[in-house]
Amino acid sequence: MHITVDPQKLPELAMQKSAGYWQTVGRRFMQQKVAVAAALVVLVLLVLAVFGPWLAPMDPYQSSILKRLKPIGFPGHLLGTDELGRDMLSRLIVGTRLSLFIGITPVICAFVIGSVIGITAGYAGGWVNTSMMRTIDVFYAFPSVLLAIALSGALGAGITNSLISLTIVFIPPIARVAESVTTQIRGRDFVDAARASGAGAFTIVRVHVLGNVLGPVFVYATSLIAVAMILASGLSFFGPWC
Amino acid sequence: MLVFLWRRLLYTLPIMLGVALVCFALVHLAPGDPLVSILPPDASAELQAKLKELYGFNRSYPEQFVSWVWRALQGDLGTSIASNRPVFSEVMMAVGNTLRLAMVATLIGFLFGCLFGFVAGYFQNSWLDKLASLTSVLGVSVPHYWLGMVLVIVFSSILMWLPPGGAGPGGSGDWAWDWEHFKHMLLPAITMSVIPMGIISRTLRALVGDILAQEFIVGLRAKGLTDFGIFLHVVKNAAPTALAVMGLQLGYLLGGSILIETVFSWPGTGFLLNSAIFQRDLPLLQGTILVLAMFFVFLNLIVDVVQTLLDPRISRS
Repeated sequence: MHITVDPQKLPELAMQKSAGYWQTVGRRFMQQKVAVAAALVVLVLLVLAVFGPWLAPMDPYQSSILKRLKPIGFPGHLLGTDELGRDMLSRLIVGTRLSLFIGITPVICAFVIGSVIGITAGYAGGWVNTSMMRTIDVFYAFPSVLLAIALSGALGAGITNSLISLTIVFIPPIARVAESVTTQIRGRDFVDAARASGAGAFTIVRVHVLGNVLGPVFVYATSLIAVAMILASGLSFFGPWC
Repeated sequence: MLVFLWRRLLYTLPIMLGVALVCFALVHLAPGDPLVSILPPDASAELQAKLKELYGFNRSYPEQFVSWVWRALQGDLGTSIASNRPVFSEVMMAVGNTLRLAMVATLIGFLFGCLFGFVAGYFQNSWLDKLASLTSVLGVSVPHYWLGMVLVIVFSSILMWLPPGGAGPGGSGDWAWDWEHFKHMLLPAITMSVIPMGIISRTLRALVGDILAQEFIVGLRAKGLTDFGIFLHVVKNAAPTALAVMGLQLGYLLGGSILIETVFSWPGTGFLLNSAIFQRDLPLLQGTILVLAMFFVFLNLIVDVVQTLLDPRISRS
C-alpha cells in the first residue's frame, strides 16, 4: 500500500511531528508530580541567579556591628544576620548565582573533555583504549573529596582554581561512562554498515556515535552538578587556602 | 581462584605507580617555591641553595620521583617542613585515628542503611519506604560539615551531653575504648555515618526489590518456606553488593572526612591535610595523599576479592 503525500505539505507535516514530540514530553512531564515540583525549585533558583541583585531586600555586603548574629525573624532581617551583621537572606539570594555557576561550569568542562576522552578510547579500542582507561583508573584511586581538596590545595586559592580542580575530579567518571557506551555502540550493525559504505572514523563518530553516547553521558553529568555544588561549598568551607 | 588473585594483584601495581606519580606531580604543580614557608623573606641565595639541596629540590623531576618512590617503599616519606618530624610517623598516627572513626561511622551507617534499605525494599511505595528514601536522600545531599555544626550546637552547646571536639582527654596520642574517649567519637561518627547510610540504603532498596521480583522467590514460597526463610535468602543474595558498597564507602570516608574532621578537631588525616595545606608543608601533603590513596587502592582490592569469594557467580576472567 502506498500513501501519497502532497509534496507541498511536507514541511508542514514535519513541523507537526516535532510539535507532537514536545507535546508528548510536556504531557508526560506534567504527570510526574515530583518532577514538576523539582522543576519549580530549579526555576526559582534560576530566577534568583539572574535577578538576584535586584531581588535582594538589602545590600548583601552591608555590615553592621550593632546587628551582629541576629536570629531568624529579627525585624528587617527575615533570616537574621551573620557574624558581620550582613543580611542572611540577601546573601543567600545573591549567592545563588555563584553557586549555580560553580556547580554547572566544571560539569560542562568535564562533560566536553571527558566525552572526548571516553569516545576516543571507546572508538579506538585496543591498546589506545587500555592505556587511556588505565590512566583514568589512577584517578579513581582518589576519593573525590580528597582529590578536589588536594588539587585546590596545591593550586592555591581562588574560584578559577576551584573550577579547575572540580573539572579534573569529574573527568574520570564521565570518561568512563562515555567509554562504556561507545564500546557498546561500536559493535552494532549500523556502525559496520556505515563503515562498509565507506564512511571515515570521524564521520561515524559524528553521525552515529555522538547521538547515542551523549544522551546517557548528559544524564549522568547533570547528576554531577549537585555534587559539584556540595564539593565547592566544602572547598570554600575549608578556608581561604583552597 | 589463585589465578584471579594474582591477576588482580598485578593489575594493582601500575595503578599504584600512577597514584604515586599523581601525588608527586600534585606537589610540583603548586605555584611558588616549596621552601617559601620556612625561608625567611630576606634569606640569602646561598641559604636557599643549601636548603634546596637538603630537601632534594635541586635535582631533575624524574630523579626526584625515583628517589622519592624508592624511599617511600622503605617507609620514608621525608621530613615535614613545618614540624621537622618524619612524615611517615605523623601520617600513620593520623591514619590510625581516622581509621577508628571511619570504621565506627561505616558500621553505624551500614546497620542503619541495611535497616532502611530492607524496610524500603520490602514495602516498596508504602509510607515506610518513602520515609526511608527521604532519609537517605537527605543523608547524601546535606553538606556534612553543616550537619556536624548543627549536631555540635544541639548536643554540645544546648544539651551539653557530648564534647564538641577533640579525640579525648589525653590528646591525639593515646586512645582507649572507654566511654570517656568514645564520647568524643560519637558526634563525628554519627555525622560521617550519614553518607554511607544514604548510599547503602538506596543500593539495598533497589537490590531487595530486584531480588524479591525474581522467580526463585516464588519457587521458595511455593516450596513452603516461611517469610523468615525467604528473608535469609534475600540477605544472602544482597550481601555481596552491600559489603562491596560498604568497603568502598569506608575508603571514601578515610579520605573524604576532611571537612568533618576539621569541624570536630579530630586528629586524623583530614586534620593533617588541613594543616599541611595551610602551612604549605609539601612533603606532608604529598605523604598524606599518597598513604590515603594507597589505602583506597588496597580497599578496592580487598572488596573485589571478598566479593568474588562471597558470590561465585562473578566471573573470574
